[in-house]
Amino acid sequence: MCNDLIIQDLHVSVQGNPIIKGLNLTVKQGEVHALMGPNGSGKSTLAKGLMGHPFYEIDSGEVIFNDVDVLELEPNERAKLGLFLAFQYPTAIPGVSLANFLRIAASAVRSAETNGSENNELIPMREFRKELRAKMTQLGVDDSFARRYLNDGFSGGEMKRAEILQLAMLEPKIAILDETDSGLDIDAVRIVGESVSSLVGPELGVLIITHYPRLLDYIRPQFVHILLDGRIVESGGWELTQVLEAEGYDPMREKYGIAETVQENTI
Amino acid sequence: MATPETREVDEIGISKDYQYGFHDDVKPTFKSRKGLDEEVINQMCDIKEEPDWMREYRLNAYEIFKQKPMTKWGGDLSQLDFDDIYYYVKASDRSERSWDDVPEDIKKTFDRLGIPEAERKFLAGVGAQYDSEVVYHNIVEELDKIGVVFLDTDTAIKEYPDLVKKYFGTIIPSADNQFAALNSAVWSGGSFVYVPPGVKVEYPLQAYFRINSENMGQFERTLIIADEGSQVHYVEGCTAPTFSSESLHSAVVEIVCMKGSRVRYTTIQNWAGNVYNLVTKRAMAYQDAQMEWVDGNLGSKLTMKYPSVYMMEPGARGEILSIAFASKGQHQDAGAKVYHCAPHTTSQITSKSISKDGGRSSYRGWVDVAKGAKGCKSHVVCDALILDRDSRSDTYPVIEINENDTNIEHEARVSKIGEEQLFYLMSRGLSEEEASTMIVNGFIEPLVKELPMEYAVEMNRLIQLQMEGSVG
Repeated sequence: MCNDLIIQDLHVSVQGNPIIKGLNLTVKQGEVHALMGPNGSGKSTLAKGLMGHPFYEIDSGEVIFNDVDVLELEPNERAKLGLFLAFQYPTAIPGVSLANFLRIAASAVRSAETNGSENNELIPMREFRKELRAKMTQLGVDDSFARRYLNDGFSGGEMKRAEILQLAMLEPKIAILDETDSGLDIDAVRIVGESVSSLVGPELGVLIITHYPRLLDYIRPQFVHILLDGRIVESGGWELTQVLEAEGYDPMREKYGIAETVQENTI
Repeated sequence: MATPETREVDEIGISKDYQYGFHDDVKPTFKSRKGLDEEVINQMCDIKEEPDWMREYRLNAYEIFKQKPMTKWGGDLSQLDFDDIYYYVKASDRSERSWDDVPEDIKKTFDRLGIPEAERKFLAGVGAQYDSEVVYHNIVEELDKIGVVFLDTDTAIKEYPDLVKKYFGTIIPSADNQFAALNSAVWSGGSFVYVPPGVKVEYPLQAYFRINSENMGQFERTLIIADEGSQVHYVEGCTAPTFSSESLHSAVVEIVCMKGSRVRYTTIQNWAGNVYNLVTKRAMAYQDAQMEWVDGNLGSKLTMKYPSVYMMEPGARGEILSIAFASKGQHQDAGAKVYHCAPHTTSQITSKSISKDGGRSSYRGWVDVAKGAKGCKSHVVCDALILDRDSRSDTYPVIEINENDTNIEHEARVSKIGEEQLFYLMSRGLSEEEASTMIVNGFIEPLVKELPMEYAVEMNRLIQLQMEGSVG
């Protein structure tokens, strides 16, 4: 089985407006990719489209993962194959503790791995608690976190740390981080960046979608791609981030003849 | 269905084949004919060997019932036929105190209800109503030692006639409403609890009961007296088998909270979809006493239930926490009433409702502050969750304030399960049904966390069953 995420000529639109216009990208397990682009270039559309948000319409193209075209699958089926999305704006689920949610989610994802059954047997409580505690320690997350209601009243930094904790517990093969650094102060970016960095390894491929290069100081990508107007216009290594840092996106826009978009279409 | 011996039990000890639609062939030892008149009541009194005062009480209530017009507000009662109901069914000849004496087929039904063995040991007493009569009622020695009385009400009339007579019908008189009158005429079973001054009962007292005779009404009568400075938690849980024709359940629960006492009354009801559940629950709280109703309503065709607290003296507090789940063909007309009859009394009402598959839930509440009841506070929160377009939620709050120096707050919110919430949970591996169930369970968490452990597990399981197949 091939655990690479292969995106081929993907076209995605939102309410009839084309946003992603023929995107090609392959992320292999163990690789770290950064996809950088200005507001309105289609970053979040790509992230949510890959995970199967019903609001985003797939017009054409293929996304192959584990030898299947995941575009045909429900979001939970994609998760069970080992795809993970760390949300830019995680949703609050009042009344559901982070621990309880994680136990159900981890059980769902793992049951698919072992027998593919729809009927999820819960991970035994003792085993789960032990694992959760270990992961929380690894990521430096406070114990009280587990008992709090999922994202309910969380600060921006807490939400992102909860996302990374979920990443650690669900053990995906490919993780997409959608603007995980947005809305965070410098310290929070460092904490989140170091957390993700500690999870990166041969079993995990990461696609970091970001506007600013600062998160990349902590998670050094091997591959950097520039997204403009729904297409990857340049790919390279670390040096591309330095170019962006120095010059911004404008020279890139001029080079490819793309006008500045006013606001990214997010919901 | 698996036999009790081979029944799978999950880690928390509840039977996996816990179902709500079974029907054991228990032969009632006596069943009145359908319909109600003086003869049926007299026959019931004869069999029960009741004292004359109770016979008179019943006959008087029956006169009141006949004169009351059919209730027009709340839900649709037009299909309720009072002549098509058995008003008295006796399943066993005597009340049982020991589990060994309980007839085998009745035990089988309890097994199917999935009452775990450990729970029986854990709890201070188990009273279970079976076909209008309490057949099993076990009071542990500790309760006897500290002077707590926990009996079925029929037995209490014989053993504690003065105590029962003093309070019976004083909180909810026969003339209060149509169904209180009916209950007063034909009541059977229910629990009687007396807690002496200063005694704190550490474990919840609980009664399991269920309807198990087609077309049979259940009319329990529960009376709880918490004497000064005492504390007790009473738990009533209920699952009902499914029948095709209409069934009526109309209980009356009266509670007296004397000075400084604290009473909590917890109910989880899951009636079959053909049951009319028309219940009157009321407590009187005296100086510095606290009364808490925790009320979960699932199932039934129509539930009309508004637990109320009358705060009679300064410092009294009333709290009502209720959850209603209305599914297809169901109307949950539930709510709460608080009456601030004295100064410096406080109340809190939290109502949560869930409507699904065309179900309808209504909150009907009443906050009343009497003239001269200065410095009262009341806080009402109503949250409704609507799961689809066919379902409905209404709020009918009445606030009547006759005193300027009060602080009343009312908040109401209606929400739908958001696409973003579903997508978020599904992106973590949950199916749409699992995701919806999780959101609903989170919504009712404020009630569930107030429940004893076994009931919390049961409540979550009931929600899960209600949510099954809810996603097309």
